[in-house]
Amino acid sequence: MFESILITIATAATPLLIASIGELVVERSGVLNLGVEGMMVMGAVTGFGVTLATGSPWLGIFAAIAVGALFSLLFGFLTLTLVTNQVATGLALTLLGLGLSGMLGEGFVGQPGIKLGNLYIPYLSDLPVIGRLIFGQDPVFYLSVLLTVAVAWFLFRTRAGLTLRSVGDNHGSAHALGINVIGIRYLAVMFGGACAGLAGAYLSLVYTPQWIENMTAGRGWIALALVVFASWRPWRVLAGAYLFGAVSIGQLHAQALGIGVPSQLLSSLPYLATIVVLVLISRNRRLTMVNTPASLGRPFVPDR
Amino acid sequence: MRIELVKRPQHSALFSALSPFIALGLTLIAGAIMFSLLGKNPLEALYYYFVDPLTGLWDENNRWQLHELAVKAAPLILIAVGLSVCFLSNNWNIGAEGQFTIGAIVGSILPVMYPDLQSWIVLPLMLLMGMIGGAAYASVPAYLKARFNTNEILTSLMLVYVAQLFLDWLVRGPWRNPGGMNFPETRNFHEYAILPEVWSSSGRAHWGFVFALVAAVAAWFMLSRTLRGFEVKVLGQSPRAGRFAGFSASKMVFFAFIVSGALAGLAGISEVSGAIGQLRPTISPGYGFAAIIVAFLGRLNPLGIVAAGLILALSYLGGEAAQISIGVSDKVVRAFQGMILFFVLACDTLIHYRVRFVGAPAAKAAEVSQNV
Repeated sequence: MFESILITIATAATPLLIASIGELVVERSGVLNLGVEGMMVMGAVTGFGVTLATGSPWLGIFAAIAVGALFSLLFGFLTLTLVTNQVATGLALTLLGLGLSGMLGEGFVGQPGIKLGNLYIPYLSDLPVIGRLIFGQDPVFYLSVLLTVAVAWFLFRTRAGLTLRSVGDNHGSAHALGINVIGIRYLAVMFGGACAGLAGAYLSLVYTPQWIENMTAGRGWIALALVVFASWRPWRVLAGAYLFGAVSIGQLHAQALGIGVPSQLLSSLPYLATIVVLVLISRNRRLTMVNTPASLGRPFVPDR
Repeated sequence: MRIELVKRPQHSALFSALSPFIALGLTLIAGAIMFSLLGKNPLEALYYYFVDPLTGLWDENNRWQLHELAVKAAPLILIAVGLSVCFLSNNWNIGAEGQFTIGAIVGSILPVMYPDLQSWIVLPLMLLMGMIGGAAYASVPAYLKARFNTNEILTSLMLVYVAQLFLDWLVRGPWRNPGGMNFPETRNFHEYAILPEVWSSSGRAHWGFVFALVAAVAAWFMLSRTLRGFEVKVLGQSPRAGRFAGFSASKMVFFAFIVSGALAGLAGISEVSGAIGQLRPTISPGYGFAAIIVAFLGRLNPLGIVAAGLILALSYLGGEAAQISIGVSDKVVRAFQGMILFFVLACDTLIHYRVRFVGAPAAKAAEVSQNV
């Protein structure tokens, strides 16, 4: 019982973690992409559709990653090349993604999905208590942890990571040093898009293997909030994602037990928790001031 | 080849007028391509989207379609006018859908809970309560932003989900129609609680459309002719300059959110009392989000927003017409609307920048000549 709850928490946390880690890299490069929800839902519909057509969840996942990255290029072209307002363009990406996915996925509604299988290592996966938790989950779960480690290492232990952070903190100086600000930001935005696509595919191939319109249900926005909550640090994103996984699974269990509280109130808990957490974090102005990438959301036109 | 932006010395008046039209033209082209990919005749599809609903202009028998246009445009314009005040002052309220919902709920308290109160006073009270409800709900993210520096984009959006779940609970639980065979809906509003039609002989356009026009003109006057409007724009473009002028940024947060929340709430109660006549689990096809598109398509100018609201309303009606006549899914509408916003934002670049296409060799040459 305890083990299976922990596993479902991991399943709920994984998409949030992947999408947030992607967005964290984007924001560290100084770009605010509010289109996470739209890229995620595009990943979800692509993953489901390709899996349905080919029978292979892996192809579905790769297609979702590719579509997420391509879709984010649309945002990149507008905000980086045409220097449009990042907030408005991110919203546009979300609205377009929700609309397009609804259109593309219309034929998938009600179709049975294919679930990505879990890992099974003989003996190890059968260990009591921790066996399934550590050795018997779906492959993307391991990927998400690996991704967190990799991003933490990249951002704070490599030269390229330092360059990316410098672009996010002061794009003017980075440009003066001969760093290709726009090129780096394009790469970061595409990485964020690929992560959001993967996170979406996880929803439609692992979390609930089916296609439902708007199935991301605000998770892209929660992922954005997690980045603020984590004050732009990868390990704190991991903690935050599991906290939110626990809240959403906790409310599902509470609904199943029927504890006399309206199910709608329980369903709104993850959203209310997001607000509470954001308030707690942002009321500490010094903490947010120190950690926020200083060029976040600011337009950049190189002087030539 | 590379795209380079050259800042214009002054923003181009020509392109600020033209950019919405260029954007619409590009959307039509992209839409035509999309319909061809869906295997439909693009011209026929575009006809059903953008012309068929307008046949009422010359055809007496289709006059009702113009009324439907006004019914759809009313909430879009009301919400977008409020959002323009928000966006101009650099406050990103994207939770208008939630304020719309709460406005509808609070406005419906009288006809649902006190159905025996039947008097002419009910309707004005409902509208007032709707506005107060929307404004109160919008002041939550405003308070959190002003007091704790919390990101208003995320909080206002989260409150949308909360509001929708609250409505869902109400219509399935305490407010469910006692004589309604367990359907998730409230009792039908009595006659004193119905927002009347403007021109009942030819169609069902209700007074919400008139409210929308009044709000647009009032907001236009406020923004372009009063000190408060100047304050909105100064604080939006340069908070530092605003501080020197003695304007308070945190008061502006409340002002912007309360104005837009009140208008979204008015849109909500007008929709419920004028177009639906009861509360249901879903009362909006995403007006609160489509209004963001309307606000930008109208270039954040309340008068432009009236035109933009009519265009987006047209796309809703066209979606229905195209579904019936040529079997294009109504899901296409939202994809269409998303595209409009993209093109609008891209075209707005032309206002402030001259776009140059630089071939790779030419760029090299330019660099060399600069170095010399």
